Amino acid sequence: MTAQSLSTLFPYIILAGTAVAVMLLIAFVRNHGAAAFTTVAGMALTLVTLPIARESASRQVTPLLRIDDFALFYSGLIVSAGLVVAVLSYTYLKSRGNRNEEYYVLLLCATLGAALLTASTHFASLFLSLEILSVSLYAMIAYPRTQANSIEAAVKYLVLAAGSAAFLLFGMALVYAELGTMDFARIAVVRNSLDQFENLILLAGMALMTAGIGFKLALAPFHWWTPDVYEGAPAPVTAFVATVSKGAMFAVLLRFFTQVDVHSYPPVFALFCVISVASMFVGNLLALLQDNVKRILAYSSIAHLGYLLVAFLASGPLAATAAAFYLVSYFLTTLGAFGIVTLMSSDKGLQPLVLFDAEREADSIEDYRGLFWRRPWIATLFTTVLLSLAGIPLTAGFVGKFYILAAGEASARWIPVFMLVLNSAIGLFYYLRIVVAMCAPAPESTERARGALQTPLPLLGGAAVSAVTLALVWFGVYPAPLIRLVESLVTSRGVLP
Amino acid sequence: MTLVWIVLLPFIGGLAAWASARRNADAARWISLAFLAFDMLLLLIVWRGQSAALSIAADAPWLLSFDAAWIPPLGARFHLAMDGLSLLLALLTAFLGIVSVIVSWTEIRERVGFFHLNLMWVLSGILGVFVAMDLLLFSFFWEMMLVPMYFLIIIWGHENRVYASIKFFIFTQLSGLLMLLAILGLYFIHARQTGIYTFDYARLLGTAINPSTAMWLMLGFFIAFAVKLPVVPVHNWLPDAHTEAPTAGSVILAGLLLKTGAYGLIRFVVPLFPEAAREFAPIAFGLGALGIIYGAVLAFAQTDLKRLVAYTSVSHMGFVMLGVFSWNMWALQGAVMQMICHGIATGALFILVGALQERIHTRDLRRMGGFWSQAPRMGGVAMVFAMASLGLPGLGNFIGEFLVLVGVYQVSVPATVAASLGLVAATIYSLWIIQRVFHGADAPDVSVRDLSPRESAVMAALIVAIVWLGLYPQPVLNTAQPLLNHLQSTVHFEERLP
Repeated sequence: MTAQSLSTLFPYIILAGTAVAVMLLIAFVRNHGAAAFTTVAGMALTLVTLPIARESASRQVTPLLRIDDFALFYSGLIVSAGLVVAVLSYTYLKSRGNRNEEYYVLLLCATLGAALLTASTHFASLFLSLEILSVSLYAMIAYPRTQANSIEAAVKYLVLAAGSAAFLLFGMALVYAELGTMDFARIAVVRNSLDQFENLILLAGMALMTAGIGFKLALAPFHWWTPDVYEGAPAPVTAFVATVSKGAMFAVLLRFFTQVDVHSYPPVFALFCVISVASMFVGNLLALLQDNVKRILAYSSIAHLGYLLVAFLASGPLAATAAAFYLVSYFLTTLGAFGIVTLMSSDKGLQPLVLFDAEREADSIEDYRGLFWRRPWIATLFTTVLLSLAGIPLTAGFVGKFYILAAGEASARWIPVFMLVLNSAIGLFYYLRIVVAMCAPAPESTERARGALQTPLPLLGGAAVSAVTLALVWFGVYPAPLIRLVESLVTSRGVLP
Repeated sequence: MTLVWIVLLPFIGGLAAWASARRNADAARWISLAFLAFDMLLLLIVWRGQSAALSIAADAPWLLSFDAAWIPPLGARFHLAMDGLSLLLALLTAFLGIVSVIVSWTEIRERVGFFHLNLMWVLSGILGVFVAMDLLLFSFFWEMMLVPMYFLIIIWGHENRVYASIKFFIFTQLSGLLMLLAILGLYFIHARQTGIYTFDYARLLGTAINPSTAMWLMLGFFIAFAVKLPVVPVHNWLPDAHTEAPTAGSVILAGLLLKTGAYGLIRFVVPLFPEAAREFAPIAFGLGALGIIYGAVLAFAQTDLKRLVAYTSVSHMGFVMLGVFSWNMWALQGAVMQMICHGIATGALFILVGALQERIHTRDLRRMGGFWSQAPRMGGVAMVFAMASLGLPGLGNFIGEFLVLVGVYQVSVPATVAASLGLVAATIYSLWIIQRVFHGADAPDVSVRDLSPRESAVMAALIVAIVWLGLYPQPVLNTAQPLLNHLQSTVHFEERLP
């Protein structure tokens, strides 16, 4: 390893180093604020070093990792999301139990795993990064040890994630057995020399890998764990699962399947087409039946990944830009949504008295009834976020959806495009349900809430959610700078054709 | 830059009203009023200068224009431009905006600041729709006016508001997305032919599209505008939304939002896809005539006064549909007149219904009767607008409907006959309103206050407007003329349909 590859890897090294630093810090001083601050500082430093790493980027660092613009862009996105989650977690954990410091070590490890995933060009690094991410997540989901539903969610996630990892491994093994290589670029070369349609083992390997990846992305029909895990996990962790974990997996999916050129491989392509449409319908239709905000958001995220796959199905530079832009807007929106659930759960004054319970989270629609009149600012933020999820103009969600439609139309993927339009209308219904609840008159027994009108919002968490939402509006009104950034990083010099 | 201010003023005014309402609710009303009045003043100044501006160049028919980069990677520009049609509709928007603020003065007592924020933002979105000349920007404004309207209905609406507002939102959103798909289709076809990625209206105008694709794209636009207009099979969000909205909301819905659909037909559907539109004209005629009769018949069957007025809108907007797809000068002028007069007359009727509901807390026709003796001023005003609605000569609607009928007659006699039947039905339901509400046996235990000075002033303004449009419509016709000439010269329809 040369000095230059070391400097290219610098952001990732800082991230790993911060995890160690926080661990050592806890050994000497047990202080929640210090641990959280170190984490945030480490992540911020990582973000600062990304442009420096770019100077020497676009190179293969060891056979396992390739640090190029594509990897740096998605790593930046992931670390930024990790940063927001860290701030939200601080607000959340402060309002509950003690012994919160180890959480940040897990958070840093999970972020590291996710960031490395985006740079993986080899099955070995793909699997290792994925496991760093997953194992940290098991513990993060179960972090509130006294909460039965968190433990339940963690066990569910553990069992299913382990199962899906086995699928992924088996799929990799089959591909390796057939092609004799685990390197993405070599796979692409070797595969082209084979007769594709005849090779069942390769096809089976691809299908099994799709199952493993589909699980992480919570695409139908591998989505069953999503609502339970989203509901049981602490709200900031849910935000992490919904954004970082999915975003990293999507990046690697994009890299692998673009390099292997899945578009010239009809069976897998058709499979993804079906998965995309199925995810939209499953997500949106089941979300209609929910009364729990976290479950609604869980199903909505299934649908959104279905939308995202439309960009994946379309090919060309427009599709790559569309996917990256959509992912950014999805990250912002999801962080905003779960950030608001976090705030509502952290500040007991925000909940109506009837539902008050020190340990439970504010995840019922009832918690949000009349929020517009109790806490106008939070309600405005939440409305903006929901409208962005629904893809209404003035929010990044609209531009993202517009891009996906454009990419789909440019490649003439008519069926997914029309399904997307239809599903947007279905989705609108449950997003509006939450808005309706917020606009409704406040419930009878809100004396507690009224008294709490004077308590200020949790400062850091409130600032983080406000910043995310403002970014959402900014990119919705004036998306040109973000588009240029995405185009220059993802399309031009990246792995994508 | 003036144009940007025209769109932006209500937006800023809304924010200012919202901020000031924390201290004083009346401040919010006055601020909204001041911003809208200033907006109106700007528009009037533009109107005064228009004859000079219009004669300058024939190939640049804009009175005002503003063009700036917006999303360069996509080729989308922040291009606003105003011609005679936009100007007339913008004037109507500012006028009805002022009226809406005044009629809400006593009706809205809760969350006054947020109400005015939403009201002003709807107006801003509508103004944007009327002047956006970049198709992406247009669809941006198109959906932007939706959200505040949704809030107006769901927060300040009547009993069944949740159902009505969600239905309204989903109908318009779904149709808006279809339009977005059509816009994208046009964008890519144009780019494939010329290599230029642009959403600019003027550049997209002459795009050559093969006929079957053009038909699909035209339908994408048509459906979006048909939902707003509304055209019969997709009209059924309208009675609910109009009925459940607060008075100001109904005025804006009927007076302005429906006009965005009509505007879209004239501005986009026919000029962008002339062949497809010509081929589609017989169906459009059928839908328009059906709407006229269906709306009138259903209006007659209602017991809810507000719902009745809502159905009359379906009927009146059928004339606009006929007018646009006849595509000759009479019919187009008639359609424009009809849009403006319908905005004023129906707005006034909704205000009267709102005033009645504020007094007797019901909209049920069966519980009304004999109000003339208690409230003669209200009765007189209602009489004027009922007459306008049935198309009495001397009032604006007559001009609109007459011109449309003259125009349609030259293209299709059966459609003219059907539309005339609608006029008969309009006479019946208009007189029916007056009969049921103001004459007949006195409703028991109900006392009705007459119009207050504030309400009287609004009504006086509306009456002046409708009478002026009826007696001396020439300024309006002159303003719309250059654009309509221009459209006519670029797109020809056959004289007579099969």
